[in-house]
Amino acid sequence: MRRCLVVDDSRVIRKVARRILEDMRFEIEEAGDGLEALQACRRQMPEAILLDWTMPVMSGIDFLRQLRKEPGGDKPTVVFCTTENDVERIAEALKAGADEYMMKPFDGDILHSKFAEAGLI
Amino acid sequence: MLNEAEFVLIAREVKARTGAVITREMSASANVRLQPLARREGYASVPEMIAAARIKPDGALWNAIADNLAQSETRFFRDRAQFEQIRTKLLPEALARRGHERTRVWSAGCSTGQEAYSIAMILEDMRNDGLNPAAEILATDLSERLLDKARAGLYTQFEVQRGLPIRRLIAHFEKAGDLWRISDRLRASVKFERHNLLHHPGQFGQFDIIILAHVLASFDQPTRLAVLERVTDVLSPDGAIILGSGETLPEGCGHLTLENGVARRSNAARAAA
Repeated sequence: MRRCLVVDDSRVIRKVARRILEDMRFEIEEAGDGLEALQACRRQMPEAILLDWTMPVMSGIDFLRQLRKEPGGDKPTVVFCTTENDVERIAEALKAGADEYMMKPFDGDILHSKFAEAGLI
Repeated sequence: MLNEAEFVLIAREVKARTGAVITREMSASANVRLQPLARREGYASVPEMIAAARIKPDGALWNAIADNLAQSETRFFRDRAQFEQIRTKLLPEALARRGHERTRVWSAGCSTGQEAYSIAMILEDMRNDGLNPAAEILATDLSERLLDKARAGLYTQFEVQRGLPIRRLIAHFEKAGDLWRISDRLRASVKFERHNLLHHPGQFGQFDIIILAHVLASFDQPTRLAVLERVTDVLSPDGAIILGSGETLPEGCGHLTLENGVARRSNAARAAA
């Protein structure tokens, strides 16, 4: 089973995403901020990362920039999942190495569609 | 809730106007979908609006009822495999066949325009890759309400996230408040016209690719056959009709053969033409 790391400081969002992604047959690990996510990746790189932008300790974009420098950090497919919806922010995320980008609020249909766009399903 | 007589009346009037079949299972949802129209038209309830439609001679209220019950579900690049076929095979083949003439694409039953704009994006990507595809896109629907939205090219955040890769979103759209507006260039590349598939589309000329996806399902068998026959009349000899994923040709449709969701004239029909 493929693993997806869900990174969001909201427990509710993590729970919603977990439920949808488990239905899509992903094994889920959770992290509440970018630093926790980085530690999780250093233990074991997941195939997919669903990533919030604004979080305490380390933001999603800082995490992503750091991740892509880590050994094997180019492997995970990263899908941003954030309330940030300016074109400049989206372009910044793609430049930092995001594969897809999802704007909150989202539902199962959108998450499914974005994971398909990213080649994860 | 609609009673039996009201349901029968609605089903008859909608079928006469659009060909769409309203089944009894759809009765409750039809009632819900018609409530905003009833309120806008100043009626206390849907049954009251139906009673008024019966005695109004011009049929305008029945047209509005049929319009509000029209199937509008669509999304950008719906049926990814179909659009991949269009991008990698059908469009390049049609462009090569046409040479300097324009390749013509028709999105039939276009709803709010996502299908037509998906083709426009594919053509724009070809231009960005240094090609110069000479093509034009016609998109038609019966509903002026849906066509107005399609022409405006304004979509909600939910709509642009269903089927549209993020790179295409930022390449072809701009933010407009809470909505996303498709670029003027793409908007100008699609011509939207009102057309009822119960009528012959001869006035629009001939097409190389006709997208008729998820449209036939709302018709009964004889109407499906009749629509396909009329549509085939305006299909170029080597043209392709794209059906929705999982859709099949109705029984008795001998003039077409279907492969991977793409219908083409059968050899016999080609020989006869």
